[in-house]
Amino acid sequence: MMRFYDLLLRLYPASFRAEYSDDMRAIWKRRRRDAAGPPAVAALWIATLFEVLFNAAAVHWDILRQDLRYTARTLARSPGFALTAMLVLALGVGANTAAFSVTDFVLIRPLPFSAPDRLVKLWEKVPGYSEMELSPANYVDWKKMSKSFDGMGAYFGASVNLVGQGDPERLEGAAITADLFPLLGVQPAMGRLFTAAEDHEGAPGTLLLSYQLWQAVFGGDAGVIGRRVNLDNEPYEVIGVMPRDFHFPSRNAELWMPTRFQEHSDDFRDRNNNYLNVVARLKPGVSLDQARAEMAVVTAQLERQFPKENHQTAASVNLLRDEVSQQSRLLLLALSGAAICVLLIACANLANLLLARGLARQRELAVRAAMGAGRERLVRQLVTESLVLALAGGALGVLVAAAALPLLARLVPATLPIAQSPSIDLRVLIFAGVITGLTGLGFGVFPAARACRQSGFRALRDGARAGGGRKERLRSVLVIAEVTASVVLLVSAGLLVRALWRIEATDPGFRTDGVLTLRTALPWPKYDQTARRAGFYTQVLSAVRALPGVSSAAYISFLPMVMRGGIWPVIPNGNTVDLQRSGAHTASLRFVTPGFFATLGIPFHRGRDVAEADSMDAPFVAVVSESFVRRYWPDQDPLGRHFTMAFHDRMVVGVVGDIRVRGLERNSEPQVYLPYRQVPDGWLIYYPPKDLVIRSAAAAGTLLPAVRRIIRRADPEQPVSDVRTMADIVEEQTASRSAQVRVLGAFAAIAFLLAGVGIHGLLSFAVSRRTQEIGVRIALGARPGGIVRMIVRQGALLAGAGVALGIALAYAAGRAMEGLLAGVRPGDAVTFASAIGLCLLMTVLGSLLPALRAVRIDAIAAIRAE
Amino acid sequence: MTDTPRPVPLVPLTPATFHILLAVAVEDRHGYAIIQDVAARTGGELKLSAGTLYRSIQRMLEQGLIAETQDRPAPELDDERRRYYRITPFGAAVARAEARRLTLLVKMARDRGLAAGTA
Repeated sequence: MMRFYDLLLRLYPASFRAEYSDDMRAIWKRRRRDAAGPPAVAALWIATLFEVLFNAAAVHWDILRQDLRYTARTLARSPGFALTAMLVLALGVGANTAAFSVTDFVLIRPLPFSAPDRLVKLWEKVPGYSEMELSPANYVDWKKMSKSFDGMGAYFGASVNLVGQGDPERLEGAAITADLFPLLGVQPAMGRLFTAAEDHEGAPGTLLLSYQLWQAVFGGDAGVIGRRVNLDNEPYEVIGVMPRDFHFPSRNAELWMPTRFQEHSDDFRDRNNNYLNVVARLKPGVSLDQARAEMAVVTAQLERQFPKENHQTAASVNLLRDEVSQQSRLLLLALSGAAICVLLIACANLANLLLARGLARQRELAVRAAMGAGRERLVRQLVTESLVLALAGGALGVLVAAAALPLLARLVPATLPIAQSPSIDLRVLIFAGVITGLTGLGFGVFPAARACRQSGFRALRDGARAGGGRKERLRSVLVIAEVTASVVLLVSAGLLVRALWRIEATDPGFRTDGVLTLRTALPWPKYDQTARRAGFYTQVLSAVRALPGVSSAAYISFLPMVMRGGIWPVIPNGNTVDLQRSGAHTASLRFVTPGFFATLGIPFHRGRDVAEADSMDAPFVAVVSESFVRRYWPDQDPLGRHFTMAFHDRMVVGVVGDIRVRGLERNSEPQVYLPYRQVPDGWLIYYPPKDLVIRSAAAAGTLLPAVRRIIRRADPEQPVSDVRTMADIVEEQTASRSAQVRVLGAFAAIAFLLAGVGIHGLLSFAVSRRTQEIGVRIALGARPGGIVRMIVRQGALLAGAGVALGIALAYAAGRAMEGLLAGVRPGDAVTFASAIGLCLLMTVLGSLLPALRAVRIDAIAAIRAE
Repeated sequence: MTDTPRPVPLVPLTPATFHILLAVAVEDRHGYAIIQDVAARTGGELKLSAGTLYRSIQRMLEQGLIAETQDRPAPELDDERRRYYRITPFGAAVARAEARRLTLLVKMARDRGLAAGTA
């Protein structure tokens, strides 16, 4: 009985227990004796239980209030320390919270679908491509033959022109199979999903709106269900609105319609028309590996059945969560690593600060201990103090992270079914709270325990001179760790900056200045006649070319870097190079109007541009890029040579410079440009020119309204979309990289600063501790130069050790992120030299002030002081 | 501390604090004696628990309302090794201030016919 009461008493703080537990036990014993009969005893127990819980909490609260008051007073007495500690923590917590919020958002957090860890993405795997979309025919067979999945759904990107709701608009969306959304486990916010009957050839058009589109175009009208709208001149009925946070397949999707495959014509027969993205849900109990094994069997069977079309076609099965590009992943991991480095440095710095403060406060603590404060109360007081600091720093850190989020949002790839930018939500706050708490506790308890162990009479006696060699060694190790981490960060940031510069210096092959681009995607079947499209282009281009300031204008199928695909097989006639050996036989295919090369400033090497005269009645011609010539007719005159591409024999009439179609960081296929008129009616639905490029001396802002008017005159129902300058498009290539470099650079700067502060703090402390010794040296005739050398040498030793370790680790870090370096070597000498130089500079600056202070020590006063 | 603390900020007191002050006003008492005194004076209405008592005592010690006494009663009366408490002059001043406050309140209630006694 008594033992249980003792247990309850343990809820009180030890200091309180030490004072009063005997008396309390005595009182309770009497009460227990007075209680007669089981009901009275039971009542006593219940009352005691509540009484102890309440009073123990109250006593804790009293002590906390007391400690907080005391903390407020002590921190107010040393505002420099308080501010430094808070800022150091804010930077550490801020960096990690920011990095975590993005990394968690992109890589960790489950996708917003039901049981998302069972969702997989399926691709066709053919030699040369690790992941290729499926053909509808293969999709249907995979779905029929596999047993690993609870369901399989497909989608493909579909952009449409919306006419009749205000200005005509170009909308991004997806055509989906009816079973896709149920498979994901999503419900519409309003209305219903597609039925299987609606996903058939000839079924009337039905449409699901994204929440954002519903708000923007339909004003959030609750009566939108049942409304009829015109998409690409076809009627559709709105049947539902999806929830606000639903993004699929990516955050750009604004609407969804059923695929309505043409079951009876081409769609289910052609196995080489690959455009379907396929998502499936693993059956409960089926592992990813089992599904992969089954798909291997299925595809092997299909290859036997269709040996020509499905030649070497295998399946690749990945978790939907893992559909993040390797580069995005690496970018984020590098960022997280850097953030952890910053936190470690912040912690080392904080530990150093608190250790130094603990030493300085030893007397105060000893006095308090002598006055009867128990060890527990002292530790508790110190821990409260560091927790208060940590909390303030952590709160500041969350603000830092919130401020950094807009920049970090650029690191979120657009290809994921998630919103554009992470937010500081409960998950992130909990993370920030945990690291704040750990830092606060770790660096409160540790110095507190150390301080208390020595808070005996010795501290009173020794005065401020206490703190032996051991502590100094610990502090030195911390400083070395800081220097090491900052070298790693400096080198990593430096390598990435070099990589960024190298990419930015890459010649895209065209001139970006003064080029405005916009898209007018002509809808079919309205524009399936080549002549009708030609009429539109001619009217628009001649009017645009007449605008003041415009020097040239042209249309092309897809802009470079915006559209990286559009690749077509090439069969050269009478080529001299063995194709099997060269391996590659594809080129990027574009239809252009005359003047495209001049507008983009692509250099012309030989022959002529495509011309208006290159029509269906004239011989089919092509302009090709230099690498195309190098591949098929090296060291020969390419003009007049023939090759077959896109169903026709074509003759080379011109050679232009290569451009970076696939972006600055990737190799591109050779390019083939065909005259926009030389395509039969209704053919190559994907390739008619849609992007207008205008070279002009006038600013984009003044040019645009006039261009819009011209397009409206040519076709009032034609939307204009994707208005951008070519410079923006090229800059976007490096947007996520430069965001990362900026963040990492900021981290490195912080680390560098903190390490400098660390060296400065350690040396200052050492100087003040050795005041007497230095005084004696000066009295004995030591030169100021010698004193300065002595102090700086101490700093240099620490920095040297840190740099040596840092270089080794930085090289390892560089190797780990080699994929991000765009050819810059992980051991890049310039980067390492700069980082080492910066560290030396930091050491000198950090030790200079303490050294000067040492020189100015008044020998007599220093010796007399003790 | 150069200036004596002023009693007013501590007023009003919690019932437990006031009762403990009353209990140790006339003689030094140990914890259990305080509990018994309070219970007797209130007719068993207020039975302080050990936790409430010592929590209050700790706070009152810090506030300087009471003090632990060094001199003990005759050893034969001191059945266990216990702590005894006595009111301080400051504690007495605070108790008086609280009493004044209560008197004033009762008088006001009386004026409105809400308490027994003459208006």
